[in-house]
Amino acid sequence: MTADFILSLLAATVQSGTPILFATLGEIITERSGVLNLGVEGIMMVGALAGFLVARETGQPAMGFFIGGCCGALLASIHGGVCLGLQGNQVVSGLALTILGVSLAEYLGTPLIGQAAPGFFAVPVPLLSRIPWIGPVFFRQDLLVYLSYLLPPILWWLLSYTSWGLSLRAVGENPEAAKAAGLSVAGYRWVGIGLGGFFVGLGGAYLSLAYTHLWTNNLSAGRGWIAVALVIFAFWRPMRAVAGAYLFGGVMAFQLRLQAMGTNLPSSLLLMLPYFLTVLVLVLSMRGKKRGEAPAALGINFEPLD
Amino acid sequence: MEPLGWGSILIVAGAVILSLAISASMLAAQGKAPLIGIWLLFQGGFGSLWALEDSLLKAIPIFLCSLGVGLAFRLQVWNIGAEGQFALGAVGATWPALAFPQLPALLLIPAMMTASMIAGGLWGLIPGLLKTRLRVNEIVITLMLNYIGILLLDYLCYGPWKDPVSFGFPMSPTFSPHAVVGTIGGSRIHWGLFFCIGFGVAMWVFLRFTRLGYELRASGENPLAAHYAGLPYRRLVVMVMVVGGGLAGCAGFLEASANINRLQPSIMVGYGYTAIIVAWLARLNPLQIAVAAYLLAGLRVGVENLQLDLQVPAAFGGIVEGLILLSVLAGGFFNHYRLRFRSRL
Repeated sequence: MTADFILSLLAATVQSGTPILFATLGEIITERSGVLNLGVEGIMMVGALAGFLVARETGQPAMGFFIGGCCGALLASIHGGVCLGLQGNQVVSGLALTILGVSLAEYLGTPLIGQAAPGFFAVPVPLLSRIPWIGPVFFRQDLLVYLSYLLPPILWWLLSYTSWGLSLRAVGENPEAAKAAGLSVAGYRWVGIGLGGFFVGLGGAYLSLAYTHLWTNNLSAGRGWIAVALVIFAFWRPMRAVAGAYLFGGVMAFQLRLQAMGTNLPSSLLLMLPYFLTVLVLVLSMRGKKRGEAPAALGINFEPLD
Repeated sequence: MEPLGWGSILIVAGAVILSLAISASMLAAQGKAPLIGIWLLFQGGFGSLWALEDSLLKAIPIFLCSLGVGLAFRLQVWNIGAEGQFALGAVGATWPALAFPQLPALLLIPAMMTASMIAGGLWGLIPGLLKTRLRVNEIVITLMLNYIGILLLDYLCYGPWKDPVSFGFPMSPTFSPHAVVGTIGGSRIHWGLFFCIGFGVAMWVFLRFTRLGYELRASGENPLAAHYAGLPYRRLVVMVMVVGGGLAGCAGFLEASANINRLQPSIMVGYGYTAIIVAWLARLNPLQIAVAAYLLAGLRVGVENLQLDLQVPAAFGGIVEGLILLSVLAGGFFNHYRLRFRSRL
């Protein structure tokens, strides 16, 4: 238990928290517009596969990362079509999307198991990485991690101070009033679904391109569902999502390290940790006096009557 | 969430055809003959006596799980946890089977069944209580309990219950003959089929002829109104979660006892997730659940045929299932709304 061990554990915490952070931010955007998308797990897997395939074919990880996000948005738009276009049940549509996305990634990815693709590796930031403690933890990461530092404040600013963000939230809180004010409810919700799916897809692509660097089945292993829980924990606020994502990143990194050190604890029990933590976190976030309220119209379809 | 009438069978049929068409084009994209693939799917699932038996064997756990899931859906409670409750049921049934192998079957089988239903029911009770006491989202909790339940089963198979002579494979010792639910006559179908019929009839009677069943149906239509009418909504939620868990647990017991005669991780093949699709397709009518469970079980058997003959990954079944669910959802639109084309003048 040296300082080095703790520093490397914290650095690994940030890295394994990053894909969860991308996915949580994406789902926050979608849910703020009043749409519940439970397809996060499936979208992550499709983003992971698409990113991996593109990076392997083109040799350009950045291209893979971007396409991973786009494929996430594409899959999420099925949810948009079913729920916004055809008034389908949002819970069931999201579950179907998860079943479809996970199976699709497994179906197309089975021949790729064990193969590697060019990915992202740590690039220390010139001066910042020299700062004791903070430098090794936060500034000796890959470029995508640095990107993930920028996103929560940008998203917070967008949702709190821009007219686009306020309109998106209005559509999620009270679609009737938003419509009366002249906003296009379906339009904003489509953007919420598409943009949210894009970020969830980026989270998936991070897994294959920067986390494992090679393809295995069931890469996301429930991270998508953890992100759904974290949205509640974060009270639908981008900045709080950071704390939640790193909490889970920490548990996952710790669990991997314990296994690598060869403890006597069986790996099945260690693997339970993040899932137990999810239950705990959800219970605690509902117990607190200051409870975050979900967008009032979350999960309810808006039927334009005209 | 009113039950679908038989009339909407047209929509379901259309959705299945659409899904199969998309799936076939996915086969074609991988350079495999699409029509032969669909033919193999049907032939494998329904094309012979052997296939029909296989499908029925798989339909038994799916039916039991979706009976419970459908009950929860009816109350607008999203129990996604049948998979974990199934795992706990298999674990619960294994404990008496390994601890008292010499007990006569007349005692051991009921003990295993009771243990499985208690274990599965407890796994449903947790999200039920968390939902009603603390308003914790049941979808995420039931899902997390799936992961935890499956890992618990893994742990037992790799650790405390591992067969000492299994050459390192994670599995419990084979059950004694007293702990095995037998087959009916000369067929491969086990007595679990009668459990299904019994539970199905009991569910139908419960919903149709009991006060609690009526209250449940009323609460599902409008929870707020039910609350003001003094109906015990919260108790009903806990009840459907426990009953659903017990039914899924019973399915786990039957799989472990009758089908593979031991506990091993490969018992988890996703019946709990297929049950969600079946429950949505059939809503709460036990007869419709039976039909839908049989069809989706046939799909699973058919995919096994595809795996053997065309080397298609098993995940192909999941793609077809996801597509069916999505297209049924989309098709529901045409059940509720009528398209009117009018000229803009």
